[in-house]
Amino acid sequence: MTVLAQQIVLGLLLGGLYGLAAAGLSLVFGVLKVLNVAHGELIMLGGYGAYWLFALLGLDPFASLLLVIPGSLLLGALLFLVLFGFVVRAPEETRIKNSLLVGFGLALALHALAVRLFTADDRSISTGYGGAVITVGPIAIPVIRLASLLVALALIAGLHLLLARWRWGKAIRATAEDWQAALLTGIDIRRAYLLAFALGTALAGAAGTLVSVGYSISPSIGLEWTLKALIVVVLAGLGSMLGTFAAGLFVGVAEALSAAAFGGPYREVIGLVIFLVVLVLRPQGMFGRAR
Amino acid sequence: MLEIRGLEAAYGDVPALSGVTLRVGAGEIVALLGPNGAGKSTLLGCVAGLVRPRAGIISWDSENLLAVSPHRIVERGLAVVPEGRRLFGSMTVEDNLDLGAFSPRARAARRESLERVFALFPDLRTRRRQIVRALSGGQQQMVAVGRALMASPRLLMLDEPSLGIAPLLVRRILDALVEINRAGVAVFLVEQNVRAALTLAHRAYILEGGRVVGEGEGPALLRDAYVRRAYLGPLAAGG
Repeated sequence: MTVLAQQIVLGLLLGGLYGLAAAGLSLVFGVLKVLNVAHGELIMLGGYGAYWLFALLGLDPFASLLLVIPGSLLLGALLFLVLFGFVVRAPEETRIKNSLLVGFGLALALHALAVRLFTADDRSISTGYGGAVITVGPIAIPVIRLASLLVALALIAGLHLLLARWRWGKAIRATAEDWQAALLTGIDIRRAYLLAFALGTALAGAAGTLVSVGYSISPSIGLEWTLKALIVVVLAGLGSMLGTFAAGLFVGVAEALSAAAFGGPYREVIGLVIFLVVLVLRPQGMFGRAR
Repeated sequence: MLEIRGLEAAYGDVPALSGVTLRVGAGEIVALLGPNGAGKSTLLGCVAGLVRPRAGIISWDSENLLAVSPHRIVERGLAVVPEGRRLFGSMTVEDNLDLGAFSPRARAARRESLERVFALFPDLRTRRRQIVRALSGGQQQMVAVGRALMASPRLLMLDEPSLGIAPLLVRRILDALVEINRAGVAVFLVEQNVRAALTLAHRAYILEGGRVVGEGEGPALLRDAYVRRAYLGPLAAGG
């Protein structure tokens, strides 16, 4: 019983990062109607950003978020201007196809670049407080992972407020819902696209930072994170960032439970099972609206 | 104000507009009538910048509107209420109205515009925090007209505002258009509901198969035998 509870807690902690990773992918997909399969690579880059800030400058990984997030925003804006901005010029039906080609190309390029620059070694940030644990009864909660979960939640809440209150946040939501109507109200939808892509990249960067501190990064983690984020997005449906986060927690716990029940190798399988079940039973996702 | 000359548009090889010429003057109510598929929505799409015409001229205050980015057209004082309303359904009434005043010029006048919209449609004031999707068709149409008015337009263009709405509410919407017009806003009304449109229009054009096949004063057209037969049905022609 204790083992199971421990697994659930660890699943929740990891699930928070799934939720954060998925929120960025969901925002980009929902607004630009573009599937960025290089999202995991952007997470990987964010992780390296935090890693090197720590290794070279001794910057605390949580403090480095203050640099990684703005840096990722800029990177996202740049990627939109040189790559994805051309994809969204195409009609919606051809965007997904084109974005897959661009995204896979970008993923391969970023992966190769990371191997070249950083080597293929696994890396993780070990801070002085890295081993600290809070015990609640028989359950041990790693402090760093708990802090990561809280940071992830705070970022999601911040994003939610940004989209709900900020003038351009509303414009981004309007563009996601009906880009033609958005144009008619005078919204520069290319700017809405750019902002959404930059925000999505910033979320990826933040997720990468948290991965590098609680877990580990290497140039090849991208695909795995893209896949996890995609599963969560399919489960949650588009439109609600808080729903996406909740779905992330759900996938984390489901993985932990299946690992406990069937053994470690099966933890990766459960996500794909969820993916299939959702596609069959509720294609719009748990929190999405039927179109 | 708005001048359209020799406008041609097509979807692939299918022509939608062939040489349409019309104009809307300051303070006028002009109706564009015609059956389904006549090209009415395509024409509005061209003016709003959503459809690229093959040839022709659209000018607004002597400026070539075809050279203006679509999102900047609102700023020039043209607002569109699109067919099917196209509201942001997951947002509140207030958010939809707010987005109507997105352009810098409209944002400056946001408060006064909001009061004007609420004065015109008091229902919207009480429902300002409701999600638009939950409203009735007629109420949604009010939000759609309100959203366009929030842009402080000098020309309001509406595509089939009476479609799928209870008759009582159609009357209210049309009355609102007359009131909007009294405040100095020109109205360009695209309608299939010919009788309703002609009761308020100063002038009207008839579009068929992508061509203007008739034009005239609103009340005169309403009495015109051909219009009665073609658009108001046999009963109207008889009576």
